[in-house]
Amino acid sequence: MTKFIIKRILLSIVILFFVTLIIYAVMRCLPTSYIENIARQKSMQPGSKSFEEWMTQLEAMYNMDKGIIPGFISWWGQMLQGEFGDSWYYTVPVIEKFNDTVWLSFVMGAVSMFFELAIAIPLGVLAATKQYSRTDYTITVVALAGISLPTFFFASLMKLVFAVKLGWFDLFGLVGRIHDQLSPWGQFLDKANHLVMPIIVLVVLSIGSLMRYTRTNMLEVLNSDYIRTARAKGLPEGKVIYHHAFRNTLIPLVTIIGGSLPGLFSGALITETLFSIPGIGFTSYHAMVGGDIPFSMFYLTFLSILTLAGNLISDILYAVVDPRVRIS
Amino acid sequence: MAKKNNDGYLSAAETRRISRQNRKTTNELEKKRKRKNVPESEYLTTMKDPGNAVEFEDLHTYFFTDVGTVHSVDGISFDVPLGKTVGVVGESGCGKSVTSLSLMQLLQRPQGQIVSGSIRLNLGNGKAYDITKTPEKVMQKLRGNFISMIFQEPMTALNPVFRIGEQINEVIALHDDEGKSDESIKERTIELLEMVGIANSEGVYKMYPHELSGGMRQRVMIAMALACSPKIIIADEPTTALDVTIQAQILDLLRNLKDKINSSIMFITHDLGVIAEMADYVVVMYAGRVVEKGTALEIFAHPSHPYTIGLMASKPVVGKKAEKLYSIPGKVPNPVNMPDYCYFKDRCEMCVSRCSGEYPGMIKLSDTHYVSCYRYYDEKEGK
Repeated sequence: MTKFIIKRILLSIVILFFVTLIIYAVMRCLPTSYIENIARQKSMQPGSKSFEEWMTQLEAMYNMDKGIIPGFISWWGQMLQGEFGDSWYYTVPVIEKFNDTVWLSFVMGAVSMFFELAIAIPLGVLAATKQYSRTDYTITVVALAGISLPTFFFASLMKLVFAVKLGWFDLFGLVGRIHDQLSPWGQFLDKANHLVMPIIVLVVLSIGSLMRYTRTNMLEVLNSDYIRTARAKGLPEGKVIYHHAFRNTLIPLVTIIGGSLPGLFSGALITETLFSIPGIGFTSYHAMVGGDIPFSMFYLTFLSILTLAGNLISDILYAVVDPRVRIS
Repeated sequence: MAKKNNDGYLSAAETRRISRQNRKTTNELEKKRKRKNVPESEYLTTMKDPGNAVEFEDLHTYFFTDVGTVHSVDGISFDVPLGKTVGVVGESGCGKSVTSLSLMQLLQRPQGQIVSGSIRLNLGNGKAYDITKTPEKVMQKLRGNFISMIFQEPMTALNPVFRIGEQINEVIALHDDEGKSDESIKERTIELLEMVGIANSEGVYKMYPHELSGGMRQRVMIAMALACSPKIIIADEPTTALDVTIQAQILDLLRNLKDKINSSIMFITHDLGVIAEMADYVVVMYAGRVVEKGTALEIFAHPSHPYTIGLMASKPVVGKKAEKLYSIPGKVPNPVNMPDYCYFKDRCEMCVSRCSGEYPGMIKLSDTHYVSCYRYYDEKEGK
């Protein structure tokens, strides 16, 4: 097992190298260039140098005067030393900006993932055990509605009902107007209150696919021979479903859950933007639109590492839940 | 099913009508089954003959599918005497497995339902239950404990994520009334594994199903079925998936074990050789009905129903030279749309004029030998 993990980690590093190469090349080829924008602004000022002169100066200043490959190699060299540079758009060190925003997204992601699992898996199991019943149809229809609703539509609907009509929550933002005057506990509650709607949006929209996945797998397991064997032993129905069947349903679920690890940190771009919550999705969106290469590079590299780690974790978890894939 | 075409295609309206009706029928039956606190008097019954372990009487098990009602088991009656082996033979889809699943109450519900008839299970001391009316809670106490089943697919019948030991322990612990300790349960499991001829019992105890071969898994299945010394063992084609040498070993094992714990076996197979070796009584099924039943000797020495005769003829015999093996012409009638005359008539080479009449009843040829065929009406009943 240790050998397997080491092999996978080494392989992951190779994959990471090429992934970052692609990202870097794409970032450099983007039509929006931060440097170009600055140069254009500067050259517009009266009595200033020409656009070309500004470009050469700024490119040298931002270390962008090299080609894509040399630039990439020097970026890797710095990355290995833990140097990610300063964000151009936010003008603070990349890591500092990331650290400021990621935890908010992480909390949102973690809370909504918890609710997603806690709601979708039991519903899927319930729908499967009562296949073709009224319960099953209700759950399936609700899940399908969840999958089909676009985020912006559902979020706007929520805002209309709960913020505009009922006035329970603020329309957007992370803090209320009187945030600064509140006690620390009150400040925490204020923030939590502002996160309720985004989290509901995230949960409702993500439940559907996981629930349907659970239902399909559970049905497949429930129709298998060993479930009939379990019943033939005289086991009560509850034990058949939650002990014998559920352990087998876990196998495919684990891959899905392992694969959603990067999702915890990647933030929810659309939801965060709609609710103007300064999470990592919102921040990285603005960085990317502004052509902020250091920040985008760091963010995308971080996500690639998480994706690779997520794959490795789901492979390891696979071996934990399924004895057939255990590597000796 | 008035307007059904013979080619088997259904219009959308037909399908809808069928599913609506199915839902109505199955809901009614399900509601009846799901009642809580059914008094014992409702399913308590008496055996016709106390020497029988199980009596099937006029059992009808139907599957309500979207293309119509499939009469999988359509009025079968036979007995399993105490301490004897009854072989049930017939080709695929003739209702052998459905009969055994009806006895275990393991039909795929809600589609599969016992519609009428009774299965009387002898519990000893003059007590008997009618399985068709027994509620689920009571069935759970009987399954694995009093009746147990060996399934035909050893490769998939064991749960892949639990160790062999765990899976056998479970049955013992479940039906254990004495409050056995974990060690004594483990001891019993190891003993069972040794009994079914697994040499490395301690090792196998800790293994997962995928680490064992098909024959080994079938032994584990048998050990599991025998764990509580059941009075009735249903063996549903236990050797079909195995090669011949292992098959012989498994059959030997079953025969020895049967003598050891003196239980009745209902042996389901389509292999006549296996039946000849194992069974005391033979029941021949065709398209959901019993066409002939009798002792093994009677069936093999004097097969009477044309179907049984055909089966015997289509079996290869060592030392007999034949250009081509006999095969029964034609195919089994569509299970949704059964004819109202003898089901075998269209394939039968020995038809008499009366065969186009209604389905023939059971004719007694001897005290134990019964056949359902018009050819014997004259000699026996003088009609």
